[in-house]
Amino acid sequence: MLKLENRIFTNIYGHNSPDLKSALKRGNWDSTKILMDKGKDWIIEEMKASGLRGRGGAGFPTGLKWSFMPKEVGERPHYLVVNADESEPGTCKDREILRHEPHQFIEGCLLASYAMSAHACYVYVRGEYVFERVALQKAIDEAYEAGFVGKNACKSGWDFDIYVHHGAGAYICGEETALLESLEGKKGMPRLKPPFPANCGLYGCPTTVNNVESISVAPEILRRGADWFSSLGKPNNTGTKLFCISGHVNTPCNVEEEMGISLRELLEKHAGGVRGGWDNLLAVIPGGSSVPCLPADQCQNLSMDFDTLKELKSGLGTAAVIVMDKSTDIVNAIARLSYFYKHESCGQCTPCREGTGWMWRVMDRMVKGDASIDEIDMLQEVTKQVEGHTICALGDAAAWPIQGLIRHFRTEIENRLTK
Amino acid sequence: MVELNDKNFSFTKENLKIAEIEIKKYPEGRGGSAIISLLWIAQKQNEGWLSPEVIDYIAKYLGTSQIRVMEIATFYTMFNLKPVGKYHFQMCGTTPCMLSGSNELKKILQNEIGEQNTVSTDRLFSWVEVECLGACCNAPVVQINDDYYEDLEPTDLINILKDLRNNKTPKIGSYKKRVSSEPVDNNIQTQTDKEIEDIVKRRNKPGLSV
Amino acid sequence: MSKKILINGNEFEFEDNLTLIQALEFADIEVPRFCYHDKLSIAGNCRMCLVEVKGAPKPVASCHFSLSDLRPGPNGELPEVFTNTDSVHHARKGAMEFLLVNHPLDCPICDQGGECDLQDQALHYGINKSRYKENKRAVDNKYIGPLVKTTMTRCIHCTRCVRFTSEVAGTGELGAIHRGENMEITTYLEKGMSSELQGNVIDLCPVGALTSKPYEFQARPWELTKTESIDVMDALGSNIRIDSKGSEVMRIMPRFNEDVNEEWISDKTRFIWDGLKSQRIDEPYIRKDGKLVKATWDEALNKVVELVKNTKPSKIGAIAGDMTTAEEMYLMKLLFDKLGTDLYDCRQDGSYITNKFGRASYIFNPSISGIEEADGLVIIGSNPRIECPVLNARIRKRWLTGNLKIFNIGQENDLTYEYIHLGKSPEQINLKSMDINNCKNIIWLIGDDVFTRDDSNDLLSHIVESAKKTNSIRDDWNGLAILHKSASRVAGLDLGFLPEDSKKNAKYIANSKNVDLLFLMDADEIDADNKYKVYIGSHGDKGATSADVILPGACYTEKNGFFMNTEGRLQQINRAVFPPGDAKDNWKIIIELSKRLKKSLNFVSFDDVRKDLQKKFPIFEDVGVIQAADQSQLSKIEIKYPKLNDVEFENSIKDFYLTNPITRASKIMAECSMQKKNNGNING
Ligand SMILES: Cc1cc2nc3c(=O)[nH]c(=O)nc-3n(C[C@H](O)[C@H](O)[C@H](O)COP(=O)(O)O)c2cc1C
Ligand code: SF4
Ligand code: FES
Repeated sequence: MLKLENRIFTNIYGHNSPDLKSALKRGNWDSTKILMDKGKDWIIEEMKASGLRGRGGAGFPTGLKWSFMPKEVGERPHYLVVNADESEPGTCKDREILRHEPHQFIEGCLLASYAMSAHACYVYVRGEYVFERVALQKAIDEAYEAGFVGKNACKSGWDFDIYVHHGAGAYICGEETALLESLEGKKGMPRLKPPFPANCGLYGCPTTVNNVESISVAPEILRRGADWFSSLGKPNNTGTKLFCISGHVNTPCNVEEEMGISLRELLEKHAGGVRGGWDNLLAVIPGGSSVPCLPADQCQNLSMDFDTLKELKSGLGTAAVIVMDKSTDIVNAIARLSYFYKHESCGQCTPCREGTGWMWRVMDRMVKGDASIDEIDMLQEVTKQVEGHTICALGDAAAWPIQGLIRHFRTEIENRLTK
Repeated sequence: MVELNDKNFSFTKENLKIAEIEIKKYPEGRGGSAIISLLWIAQKQNEGWLSPEVIDYIAKYLGTSQIRVMEIATFYTMFNLKPVGKYHFQMCGTTPCMLSGSNELKKILQNEIGEQNTVSTDRLFSWVEVECLGACCNAPVVQINDDYYEDLEPTDLINILKDLRNNKTPKIGSYKKRVSSEPVDNNIQTQTDKEIEDIVKRRNKPGLSV
Repeated sequence: MSKKILINGNEFEFEDNLTLIQALEFADIEVPRFCYHDKLSIAGNCRMCLVEVKGAPKPVASCHFSLSDLRPGPNGELPEVFTNTDSVHHARKGAMEFLLVNHPLDCPICDQGGECDLQDQALHYGINKSRYKENKRAVDNKYIGPLVKTTMTRCIHCTRCVRFTSEVAGTGELGAIHRGENMEITTYLEKGMSSELQGNVIDLCPVGALTSKPYEFQARPWELTKTESIDVMDALGSNIRIDSKGSEVMRIMPRFNEDVNEEWISDKTRFIWDGLKSQRIDEPYIRKDGKLVKATWDEALNKVVELVKNTKPSKIGAIAGDMTTAEEMYLMKLLFDKLGTDLYDCRQDGSYITNKFGRASYIFNPSISGIEEADGLVIIGSNPRIECPVLNARIRKRWLTGNLKIFNIGQENDLTYEYIHLGKSPEQINLKSMDINNCKNIIWLIGDDVFTRDDSNDLLSHIVESAKKTNSIRDDWNGLAILHKSASRVAGLDLGFLPEDSKKNAKYIANSKNVDLLFLMDADEIDADNKYKVYIGSHGDKGATSADVILPGACYTEKNGFFMNTEGRLQQINRAVFPPGDAKDNWKIIIELSKRLKKSLNFVSFDDVRKDLQKKFPIFEDVGVIQAADQSQLSKIEIKYPKLNDVEFENSIKDFYLTNPITRASKIMAECSMQKKNNGNING
C-alpha cells in the first residue's frame, strides 16, 4: 500500500479546504520559482527521467511529449491545453483534482507551460462539471492575487495566463484534436493527423494537450525528483496513479496508489472488496470503458500497470476499474457501453458513424436473445471493420469492449441465443 | 418545426458583461471560441433552452451565421432546443451507474415526470438519460440543473422530487454521508492540515536544492 | 522538392507537396473516394481512399496524407505505399458496406441512377447482399430552396455540399446539425439557400441526396444527347454541356475548364432551360391595326423590305442584344454597310464603351485565372457577385488564401468576401485612400455599368492613370479588367458593331427622332420609341411585343456561333436542338433579308460566314484562346485629370434571376426571384 508520505494528492477527498492557505500547508507552490530557475530543459529532462506516462488514457510518456514542442518560439505563440473533459465511463478522478486540489493543478500548469514556452494555458472542463469549474476559477483567482500566475508568475520573470474553458456535453471533445476544435468554437470533430498539435494545434499554433492528472503530478515530481517518482511502481510503469473504482465493490472510491498494485489488493484494501467476496467476481474493466474487460480468472494476480494489461489485450487506460460481480448481465453491461459509443460518435467518419450504431443494435438484440449464433462472428467482423479505420480512436474504443466480451464471454452470449 | 414566438432575445446587462469577459479569454479575433459559453449563458437566461431567437441573437453577437450556431447547439447535448422543466434532470445511464442501480431511478423519473424530453404538466420537471457524468465512484448520479446528486437510493430520488415540489432545497452531493469519493466506511486515513504539513516538511525535495 | 516513392513495388518520383491521392492519380492508380474533391478542402471522412503505408500502424487516408509526411525506412529505404493489399481492400470494402447499411436501395427511382458514385463503387466492391438486419435510418427531407431537391436518407455525410457553400459559394448556408448517426445536412430552419451558385451542390453530391428539383424524374442519363456548348447568361462564357432529349433541352451541366469556370456554373446558367420552352415566338408576326397577327415568312419579310425601302438609310438603325452571336452581328454589319449606314450598336445598355483605344481597354486583361495571381483588387462600380457569380467565386477563392487587399468603390453589397468600402462615387477613386503601394499585381475591376455614365471617359482615363501609377500596367501584367455583363459585348466591340460617332450610341438610336426604323436583334433590355421596329429573336418579351414585324429566331441552344467572353477568349456555342415551329436560325434570316433587299450577302453556308468573319477579323481564328491585347493603344486614352464627381455608381442588375428574355420566360427563375425577395423563406 502506498505510504502516506508518498501520496501526491493529499486532499483528494476534500476533507480540508481547497483554498490557497490550506494548499500552501500541503506544500503546493513551495518554491516554484526555484524549479523554474533551473530552466526549461531541466524540467523536461526531469519529467522524462521520472517515467511519467500520460494519465489521460493513452499512456504516452509526458516528458517526451513536452520535448516535441519547438524549442524556439517563432511567430506563433505556444499553448498548453489541459484536458479536463473527463467523460470516459468509469473515470472520475480529474473532477476531484479540480475541486479539491486546484492549486496543485494550477502550479502544474505553470511549470508545464513554462517548460514548453507557453504564456497561455486553456483548461477545457467538461460542461457538466459546473461546480468544478467554478472551484477552479476561484483557485485561479487566488493564484493571480498571490502573484503565482499572471505577469511575472512566482517572480520568475515569466508571464503566464490561465483560462477556464468549458464544453457542453460531448465525450468526443476529450480526444485531443476534437478538443482543440471545440476550443476554437467549432463542433468537436477530431482533426486529421498529421499535422500533430505540437506543430499545428490551437489556432494553428504549437500546442500540447495533457490530462489534468498528468499536469498535476508534475510539481511534486520536480520537487521530489525524478528518482523518487520512478522508484515507485514498476519499470516503464512508474509512480503513483489515481484509480477510480466503481461498480460492484463494497465501497466504491477514488484512490491514489502505486502503479502495479495488484487488482485484488486495490479492491480489498480500498474499496471494501468485491461485493459478496472475491470469488463473486465475474469480470473487471480495468481502465475505463474503452478497454476490453477481463474475466475473473485473469484477475487473480493482476498487476495494474500499462504493460501487463496490454499483454492481456486490455489496457490501463484511465485506471478506471469497473467491477462486475456474478449477478451482472455482462452482455447487457457491454451493450450499454456500445450505446454510449453510438451516442458519442461525432458522426464525421463513416466507419464510426455507421459502425457504432450497427454494433449497438446487434448487441441490443443479443441482450434480448434475438440474434442468431453466426451473428457473433459477424459482429466480431464489424468491430474489425471499424477498428483502425477511423479518424480518431473512438472507433477503436467502441470496438474493443465488444471484442473483449466475445473473447471471454462467448459462451455466455451463445447460451443466451440458443435458449 | 420549431415554435417561433415573437419575443426577441437579448442578453441582460449582467450577462453582457459576463459574455465580454468570456470573449476576452481568447486572442484577438478568436472570439468565436466563446460560442459554447455564450450559448450556455443564454440558455440559462432563457429558462433552460435555446429558442430560435436565442440562436439568432448569438449568431449576430458573434457575427456568424445561424446555421453555424445551430450546428454547435445540436452537437453538444447540454443544449436544449426545446423547453425544459424548471428542474431539468440528467440521469446517468452508462454502465457504472447502471451497475449501481440507475435503471430503478429511471423508472421513478418515468413515473413521476413522464417521458424523456417532455415537460411535466406543472412545468416543474423534465428529464433525459445522459451518458457518463464522470462521477462513477458515486454512482448512481443525477444532475439537476447545475448540481450533482450522488449515491442515490430510489427513496433518495423520491425525496428529492418531493422536496423540489414543495419548494425545499434538497441536499447536493452524496446521499451516503460522503464528502466526495472517499470509501464510505471509515478506515480511510484523514489527516488535518497540520498533520499533512508535517508530512510535507519531512519530505526529501532534491528539486529544490540549488 | 521531388521525392521518390514506391507504389505497389514500382518506383515513382513526384513533387512532395502532392497528397497521396494526387500522386496515385498521376501513377494511373484509381483510388475510390466520396468526400475528396480537388476544388474543396480535405475532409477525409468517407474513409474510402485508405491505402497502406509501410511502417504506419493503420491504413492512412490518401486524400489527406501528403508525400512530405512519408518517412524513409529505418535503413533509408524509399517510402512504400500499397493500394492492392488485403488490408486496403478490407478497409475499403468495410467503409463501403458501412455507407450502404443505411442507404436506401432505391436506385430505380433515384435521379442519380446511372451517374451515382456509390452505385458504381458498390458494384466494384461486389457488395450485393446486406448483412445488416436492422431497420434503415429514415431521415426527413429538407426544404433548401426551389432548385435543389433533397432526399436525405440517401445522404452519405461526405460534407461536400457543406464545404462548397462555405468555401466556394461563401454563403455557408448548409450545415450538418446533430451528431453521430443522427447527423443531418440542412439549412437553418430549412430556409432556402441564397447563393447564386447553389446548383453546383447537385453535381458535387456523390449520391442522390441532392438532385435537381426542376429536373426531377425528367429523364435518365442514358436517354440524353450531350452537346458541348457555352453559356450566354453572363459574359464569363462558362463551359456547359446541354443534355437534350428529342427536341427538348432537359438540363444544363457544367464542363470543366480550369481557365474559365473551373467546374462551376451559376444557377441562371443551369436552370434556365425551362425558359427556352416558354414564351417562344415560333411564327412570324406583323402588326395590323395596332395588333400583332400571325403571318407567313414571305409576308413578314416583304413587310420588312417595304419598311426599309420607305426609310432613308440614315434613319435606319440596329441594336444587338446580349445573346447575339458574333456571326449575326457581322452579317448585320455587312448588310448595313451595303445600305450605307452605321447606326448599329452592340451596347443596348447605352454604354459608351468603345474599341477606339484598342482591345486592352475593354477586356478583362488579367484573365480569370489571373485573379489567382493578384494581390490587390479595386472594384469600381460593379457587383461581381450578381454580374458574374462564377468569377466572383474565383475572387473569393483567391481571397481565402490570404494577402489579397480588396477595395470597393460603388454600392456596398455582400460579395462573400471582405473588402474595404471606400465610398459610392468616383470621388473616392483616390490612391491616397488605398493602401496598395506594396501590391504587385493589382486588378482594377471596372463594372460594365460604369460605361453608361456620362463621365465614363473621364473615369476610364483616371483609372488608367491610377493603374499606371501603381505599376499595374506593365509587360507581364495588365491589371485593367472590364467586367462585362453581356455575352456578346466583347465580340461586338472586336468587330466594330458600333457607330463611328460615339454620341450615336444605342440610346440615341432607340430614342432619336432621326431614326425611324429599328432592327432589334434579341434586344429586349432597351426602351425604343422609333416609328417602326423589327424584332428578330426568340422570345415574346419587351422587344417583340412592341415590334411591327417579328421574325422568329433561335436561342443559344439552337444555333452555332462565336462568343468572346469578358477576358476576350473566343468560344463557340453549338446547336443542341432545333428552333421550334417556323423559327429560323438568325443568320439565315439576315441572309434572306439581304437578298430581298437586293443587297445580297452571298454566303451559302454558315461556314462561309464564319470564314469570311475570320478573314476580316483574325481575332476570331483560335477557339479557346485569348489573343493578347496590345497595351500600347491604351496610351490613346487621353489623361484628363478630370474633377471626379459625387454621383453614385449604380448597378443596373436589380434581380440576378431576371436579366434577359429567356430568364423572364422561366418559371424557375421567377420562383428563385420570389424566394430571394421573401428573404429566402418560402414556407415560413
Ligand atoms: C474518444 C476519446 C476520448 C478521450 N477523452 C479524454 C478525456 O476525457 N480526458 C483526457 O485526459 N484524455 C482523453 N482522451 C485522450 C486524449 O486524446 C489525449 O491522449 C490525452 O488528453 C493526452 O494527455 P496525457 O498525455 O496527459 O495522457 C481521449 C481520447 C479519445 C480517443
Ligand atoms: S447531401 Fe450529398 S453532398 Fe451533402 S453530405 Fe450528403 S452525400 Fe455529401
Ligand atoms: S476521399 Fe479520402 S477519406 Fe474520403
